[in-house]
Amino acid sequence: MMMAETDTQIGIKLNPAQEKSRRNRNIAIGLILAALIVLFYAVTIVKLGPSVLNRPL
Amino acid sequence: MTYVKDQSYKQDSLEISIAEPKDYFTLLKPRVMYLVVLTALAGIMTAPGHVHGLIGFVSLLAIAVGAGASGALNMWYDADIDAIMTRTKTRPVPSGRITGDQALAFGLILSFASVFTLGLVANWLAASLLAFTIFFYAVIYTMWLKRWTPQNIVIGGAAGAFPPIVGCAAASGTITWDSVILFTIIFLWTPPHFWALAILKSQDYEEAGVPMMPNAKGLDRTRLEILIYSLLLAPVGVLPWLFGFASPVYGVLSIVSGLGFVALAWRVFQRRTGKPADSAAKGLFAYSILYLFLLFGVLVIETAGALILNRLG
Repeated sequence: MMMAETDTQIGIKLNPAQEKSRRNRNIAIGLILAALIVLFYAVTIVKLGPSVLNRPL
Repeated sequence: MTYVKDQSYKQDSLEISIAEPKDYFTLLKPRVMYLVVLTALAGIMTAPGHVHGLIGFVSLLAIAVGAGASGALNMWYDADIDAIMTRTKTRPVPSGRITGDQALAFGLILSFASVFTLGLVANWLAASLLAFTIFFYAVIYTMWLKRWTPQNIVIGGAAGAFPPIVGCAAASGTITWDSVILFTIIFLWTPPHFWALAILKSQDYEEAGVPMMPNAKGLDRTRLEILIYSLLLAPVGVLPWLFGFASPVYGVLSIVSGLGFVALAWRVFQRRTGKPADSAAKGLFAYSILYLFLLFGVLVIETAGALILNRLG
């Protein structure tokens, strides 16, 4: 029991300001990555041509 | 010249970051990026041949991010002098919101990402030119010229002038004389633009040990050089019309606005003391931004208009 309590206290505890800024950074990175996925997909289609979608599977 | 040894802006690397996304955006020097977007867009629009809209857009994005990356590398390297100057001491690194290591990593990652994206999406000539531009700004200008010679922004200004050439190369795979003319306009515009600001901030530059023209060679010499560069810039600004890749509307606007530039430079040359001198320098600095946005803005709008009319016709 003592061991478990000690384990939960190990590591750096973020204060509210640090948690908020980390969350905001993570959201920004997530949005940028999502936008890049869409962008690179669209660029691939443009560069290969729309017929790439019509090939037999 | 003083070598800055104050490292008090540096953070403990174990400290948890409280940087917000907007701090990272500030590292990209957004105001410079807007100018890069406009000038690179002018390079793309005036390039020969046709480029797909999406390819053009992604190329423009890559060039803008590349410019931002060089801004981040500049803020990483210059944090010691930025911490001294009033204009720059609130930047993310000297203010402690972002550590130097974070700024360096951010700048390097974006540099590689932007160059490889441009290479894969457009072509490797454009990517090589973008890589050279980032190298020129971050290494040649920031690490070498800036702290060494009062000609720093004259030679270093080439980095800011490259975007139209990179844009043209991205759109067409070649470098045209048109894009070289656009390069020359920005190249000649940079000294009077920065020196007008440096006249106002010369004490700052002196304290930081940066040999800008006003504190290294004196205010009189700076005023003379501003006038000389303005006299060179005004006719070069008209060249896009004379070379036939801009309309007579651009021609008239560039002549009138070029004369305005020379008039304001003449005012800076004449008013040498007190508030009139400061207000003349402020006036030229503000006008110089408007001038460049006007020339490239008109070029982009009329080229876009011509493209749309071609499609409809």
